[in-house]
Amino acid sequence: MKIFNVFPETIFSIGPVHITDTVITTWLVMIAIITISYFATRKLSVKPSFFQEIIEAVFEAIEVTIKDILPVEPWLVIPVLGTLWILIGFSNLAGLIPGLKTPTADLNTTFAFALISFSMTHVIGIATQGLKGYLMHYKEPTWLLLPFHLIAEVTRTIALAVRLFGNMLSGDMIAIILLGIVGLLVPIPFSLLHIIIALIQAYIFGVLTLVFIAGGIRTKS
Amino acid sequence: MDAKTVVISVSIIAAAFAMAIGGYGPARALGKALTEALDAIARQPEASDRIMRALFVGMALIESIAIYAFVIALIILFANPLIGYILK
Repeated sequence: MKIFNVFPETIFSIGPVHITDTVITTWLVMIAIITISYFATRKLSVKPSFFQEIIEAVFEAIEVTIKDILPVEPWLVIPVLGTLWILIGFSNLAGLIPGLKTPTADLNTTFAFALISFSMTHVIGIATQGLKGYLMHYKEPTWLLLPFHLIAEVTRTIALAVRLFGNMLSGDMIAIILLGIVGLLVPIPFSLLHIIIALIQAYIFGVLTLVFIAGGIRTKS
Repeated sequence: MDAKTVVISVSIIAAAFAMAIGGYGPARALGKALTEALDAIARQPEASDRIMRALFVGMALIESIAIYAFVIALIILFANPLIGYILK
């Protein structure tokens, strides 16, 4: 009997770097996204085709969400955050395809995403108001809260990674445990629930990043 | 009972309690958050978009507490650091 494993397994190693099956799934997801984007952006026209309509709807949803939350020019954030959103969404859903392992059910992947989010917060904070202006937001409301600001920088990044990881891993584990108990057809409703959770978690990851970025920008009032 | 049995049985019980207690609080909080949000939407249906967005973000933050409990339970069950002392 084949034992299913939700945890990442090393396929091969290059020197000290272990390439796990989650990494390979991530590469496949990236190839899929690039292929879809390439073929969807050929033959763009003012009267959109079916595919172009879908892409435009996704793009508009991203743009509207970012514009609503961010107090500055949204085009600073839209390219990288939109890519992050789409990549996390596809990665979360990739585990539903038989034979693939959810890339985000690996703590390393989610930590990589969280590091991108962490650095984005600082880069965009500095880009919009300069180094000095950005550092000033740490002393709001008083200097006494500076240590807590610094602790929050670390803990919220870890929380971001662990949240995505825990949600995706729990979805996979529920499916596998049910598969061991009852087998046929019963795990399907839970997989449907997993689709919803996967999409919501991708949304949450992006929105929280956005809220952190907006928190680093002092609105001129 | 040797030391290994004690550690393993205590780990299982600890994981079960971690999930039970760690699930109880967030479940109540989620229920309360949803109730309040529905109340707010019933009062002001035109603000439902903003309320729903705040609700989603808030729910994710609450739910992450349960997820932390789940991760701790997983660490206890699958990657228990203390069991290394005994198997040495």
